[in-house]
Order: sequence, then C-alpha cells, then structure tokens
Amino acid sequence: MSETKALESMIGEEYKYGFTTDVEYEDFPTGINEDVVRLISEKKNEPEWMTEFRLKAFRAWKEMEEPDWFNATYEKPKFDKLQYYSAPKNKPKLDSLDDVDPKIRETYEKLGIPLEEQKALAGVAVDAVFDSVSIFTTFKEKLAEAGVIFCSISEAIQNHPELVKKYMGSVVPARDNFYAALNSAVFSDGSFCYVPKDTICPMELSTYFRINNMNSGQFERTLIIAEENSHVSYLEGCTAPMYDEHQLHAAVVELVALENAEIKYSTIQNWYSGDEDGKGGIYNFVTKRGACRGDNSKISWTQLETGSAVTLKYPSVILQGDNSVGEFYSVAVTNNRQQADTGTKMIHLGKNTKSTIISKGISAGKSDNSYRGQVKFSKKADNARNYSQCDSMLIGQTCGAHTFPYIESANPTAKVEHEATTSRVGEDQIFYLQQRGLSEDDAISLIVNGFAKEVLKELPMEFAVEANKLLGIKLEGSVG
Amino acid sequence: MLELKDLHVEVEGEGIEILKGVNLKVKKGEIHAIMGPNGSGKSTLSKVVAGHPEYEVTKGDILFEGESILELDPDERAHKGVFLAFQYPVEVPGVTNNTLLRESYNTIAASMGREELDPLEFEDYIKDKLDLVQMDPEFLNRSVNTGFSGGEKKRNEIFQMAVLQPKLSLLDETDSGLDIDALKIVSNGINQLHGEDDAVVLITHYQRLLNYITPDYVHVMMGGKIVKSGEKELALELEEKGYDWLEDLATVNGEAK
Repeated sequence: MSETKALESMIGEEYKYGFTTDVEYEDFPTGINEDVVRLISEKKNEPEWMTEFRLKAFRAWKEMEEPDWFNATYEKPKFDKLQYYSAPKNKPKLDSLDDVDPKIRETYEKLGIPLEEQKALAGVAVDAVFDSVSIFTTFKEKLAEAGVIFCSISEAIQNHPELVKKYMGSVVPARDNFYAALNSAVFSDGSFCYVPKDTICPMELSTYFRINNMNSGQFERTLIIAEENSHVSYLEGCTAPMYDEHQLHAAVVELVALENAEIKYSTIQNWYSGDEDGKGGIYNFVTKRGACRGDNSKISWTQLETGSAVTLKYPSVILQGDNSVGEFYSVAVTNNRQQADTGTKMIHLGKNTKSTIISKGISAGKSDNSYRGQVKFSKKADNARNYSQCDSMLIGQTCGAHTFPYIESANPTAKVEHEATTSRVGEDQIFYLQQRGLSEDDAISLIVNGFAKEVLKELPMEFAVEANKLLGIKLEGSVG
Repeated sequence: MLELKDLHVEVEGEGIEILKGVNLKVKKGEIHAIMGPNGSGKSTLSKVVAGHPEYEVTKGDILFEGESILELDPDERAHKGVFLAFQYPVEVPGVTNNTLLRESYNTIAASMGREELDPLEFEDYIKDKLDLVQMDPEFLNRSVNTGFSGGEKKRNEIFQMAVLQPKLSLLDETDSGLDIDALKIVSNGINQLHGEDDAVVLITHYQRLLNYITPDYVHVMMGGKIVKSGEKELALELEEKGYDWLEDLATVNGEAK
C-alpha cells in the first residue's frame, strides 16, 4: 500500500467515513454514577488504585460546573443519556490479529488503516481504538526491541502499573477542568507510549480513533513519556460515522519530556462535522498538555483540525526545565455551521525557555473560528521568550474569525512578540488563478494551502501531502 | 482569433453600462494596441474577455477562434489559450511561483492535449523563460507576487505568458509603473514571444510602450466604445494631441446609437 493511498483513505474525499459498522456490543448501563465508574474499572480488570483514581475524579466532576466561557453555542451533552463504555462483544485478546472481529478489521481496512503489519504504512506503528477499546497495536515486537513500549493504556495499567501510576494525572490532574475530570472518571482506552533513556523511537507512532456506536461518548486517554535523551514522534487520526445526534469526544492527552527529550505530537482531526445545517457532528472537548520537565527538553504540538461540530481544544506546554522549548502549530478549518475555539497555553517556568505559536484559522460557510491563547511567564522565567503569530483567513461573507490572546508576565526580562493578520480570499485572487487555468476549487485549495504552509510543513512527511489535499476538499464549493 | 461583436457590458448587479457596443477583430499574428483615457473601459474590456465574474455581458458576443466563449468560466477560457497579464497582479502568499506555474502549465497542457511535465522536466523547460525577462532562478521559490516590487510583478506576468504560451495575450497596462530599463526588458520579452500563430492586445495609457513594440493596429477607446482605429501612426498623433480632440467623436457616436 502506497503512502499516498493510506493517507487518502485517512483523510477522505467528502466525508467518506460516515459509514457505520454493525457489531454487537456488550451490554452496559446508560448514564453515570459511582457504580458505573466502578463497573468500567471492573470490566477492565483494573487494580484498586486505578478504581480509586476514577472515583476521586468522578466525585470532583460532580461538584464542577460545565464551563461556558468559549466562543461557541451548542446544546449541552446530556450526561445521563450517554453510554460511558462501549466495547464490541467479540473483544479480542489483543495479542493476535486473528482474534479481532472481522467486521472491525474490515472497518479499519475501509479507513485505509490495515492492521496487518506487512500491509501497513512503512515506518508507522498503529494503535487502533474502536469506540472504547484498543483493538490492535501493530509493530509491538519491533518497537520492544528498541525498548519502546507502545500499547493501549489498558494494557499499560496491567503491565506497567508503576509508570502509569507515576505519570497519569501528573500533567492534567483529574480536577483540572470539567471534561478532564469526566475523562479521568470514565476513560475507556487510548494509547500509552514509553521511550526509555537515550532512545530514538525507530518508527512513527500513531493512534487511529474511531467512534462507531451512536450513543456512546469516547473518552480516550493518552500518555506519552520520553525519558532523558529520547525522541518520539506520534500522530493521531480521528473519524466517526455520520449520525444526526451529536456525540461527545472528551479526551485527555498527557506528555512528559525529561531532560533533553523531544516529543512531537501531531493530530489530523477529521471527526464528522455535522451537515450543512449543523445537524449532528462530534463535540470535540479535549484537554491536551505536555510538560517539559527536564532541562533542554522540547514538546511540539502540530494540529490540523478540520472536523467536529464544536471543537474546544488548547494543547499546551508547561516549560518547567531550563532552556526548554514549546511549540504549537495549528491549522483549524471550519465550514458550514462548525465552531472551533482552539489555541494553546505556554506556561514559562524555567529560565531561557522559548515558545512559538503559529496559528492559522480558516473559516468558510457560516462557521465561527476562534484562536484563544495564553502565554504566561513566571517570576523565575528569566529571559524567556515567546513568538506568536495568529492569522485568520475568511472565505465568503457569512463566517467569523476571532482572536483572543492573553499575555501575563511576572518577569521583566521576558520577551513577547505577537503578530496577527486577517485576510479574505477575494474574488480577484480566485479570478487571477482561474485565469491561469486552475478551477475555482483548485484555486481556493492553492490559496489555503499557501496560507497554512508554515504549519503543514511541521507534519510528519508521510502525512503532509495528503493533509494539503484535505484542506482543499474541506473547502470545496465554499465560494458560492 | 478574437472577435468582439457589439459588446455591451455592465458591472454585475449595478446596472451601469461600461462597454457600450465594442467591435473588434484580432487576427493571428497581429498586435493591437488599445489606448484611451482613464475610465474609458479599456481594462474592463480585457477582464471581460478573460471572464471576470464581476461583469455581465448584456448584449453582443465574444468569439474566440470562431466560437462564443461567453458561457465559459475563466479557467476554461485560459485552457483555450486566452491569457491576461494583469494590471494589478494578485499576491498569493505561501504559494511559490514554481508551484503555481507548474500547476497552470500542466492544467492547460492537459486540456490542450499537450504533454504534462514532471517537476524535473518543468525545471528544464522554465529555465530559458527566466532569461527572457532577466529573472533570477531564485525568483521561482518566492511566493507569487508577494512582496514583489511593481516592476517585478509586471515582469512576472510576462514570465508567466512565456511559460504558458497562450494564443491570445491581453496585456493590461503592463507598461505602467515600469522604469525605462524594466520597460525595455518587458517589451523585448513580448516581442520575442510574439509570432505568427498568436495575437497580442496591448492595453495602454501611454504611447511610450509603442516605441518598443510596434502594433499593427491602434484603437482609441472613449466612453466605452472604440471611437477611432488606425495604424501605428495614430498612436503618435495621440501622443501629440492628447485625447480631447476625439471627444466629439465619442459623443456623436454615442448619440447616433
């Protein structure tokens, strides 16, 4: 399978991932209470400390109020109507591909993510998460040779409890926010990655998230730990069937980089975004945060956000180690009735810490696209620096773009540079390119790709080409 | 090659008539210059032929190689070999000249049944064209028109013309904003590109471009019509007398219609 083809399938033309897989699910009660939380833990055979972690989080969540400070309006999820755990009945043992339900295997084939290693994208290991459970992880042995642990979080809880115990909740505490608390109580599965000291992870790691069940929320939990002098690059992709009802996706991702370590985390988010009138689509309420714990460490977030009905997401970096580096590269595309409020937080604690924020928002249709970013310098962050650039592009007359930058500095030696621009894709620009022979859609695609180039070039090479394509497809026919 | 028949044009939705019955015939191998004061409709004319959506043809027809192109989108006209060198070339940040040109070239080549070029072949092909307008190869890696000086933008238009090899080139005030050296480079490029099989329509306010490019015919546009046509000597006459002496002609014709 060629690289291009794999990506094509991953990203899709129109929304070709709207199909549903007909699998039998285990019975599980609807709604949420302590018994449900215990039941999830029980289903997963979790040790006592994990159950306690969940219960504590649940109790905290019950006391919290759903936030509403973002620039988006939507019908709140009905938490008592949701199903918090959704596992296919023929749950595989996860050690042999033959145990995977053929229908689910087929689903991933259809999505262009073959789980047979010989068919997979060269150099990319995949963890496939279907609704609440991890279905299969490829290339485990090969990674193990290098000492890299890459598995589902459920397996990690069983097999590497000391690591999970030490790091889970250390970057995003259970009480951090409403959705993080909910996730901490009911998280179902997700990926776990541990890169030992002095190791460069030999492959690109990726997780492919798929929501299938109509009434279930997806609460995945990802934890990546890079020990001293290690390096890892990780990519996640997301799709979901088309349903008229909204579905909730509330993930928590935690990254820990120790001394001289580097984590590169990329996202291609293409959840179903609802129809033209805003019917259906995913609520993507995600907490992502990385901690640069060691000196000279680096965490880099790159995201291409094109899907979801509503996105609230602020991948952040806590720059604790001296000389540590945080980066955030984002392209957020909204069309039709989509709403995105996304950005980052860069918290400078260490000396000489450096952060870069490049955000490109593209709005079309009747959508709303907001950048929200916070840059904070603590007292001790001597000579810390931030560079922020937030550009918005509008297509058509009925969409909105907004920028909300917050800067707080408690250290006079800190330096901040902030640039922001807003532009509109004009009739003249399109006419110019059409005069050069390009179709209207190709013209828009070219303009948008040019606009987003600085960010797209940060994506892993295997995915960059098709990411370009996704942008074009997403905006097809958006100039009426 | 190009024939305009009693062409009437309004700004879409505004009901203001800008072209009021233009007739023009351009044959293969010819160079036509269209001159006239500001606001006479010269630039509109070129944009209408290229298919700008802002304008609506209310009457008359545009024939290209004998067929009406009125219903064609701008890209479809480009595929047939219509090229417009813009008076104000548009910036496309983040898209390199090279990317745009290769995509343009291949799109047009495909629709004309010519062979498409891969990146390496294209690189070879494009090299000579750079010399024609004396441009540095580094220029190919710069974003389209972004941060270009006025002169560079105009040279870029002629460069694109060289690469795309259109049948009909409409050059809209390509000479404006050029210093004398750039004017010479641009004119020289146009002269070299022009041959027996293509046609050029120069739209210009000033006669000075015509010192370097010799037109076969000169037309004067005033008030949305061609009020006088002649050979290259007409340009000199205009240089000397200005446009005022033709004003009567414009009104008389206007009333006669």
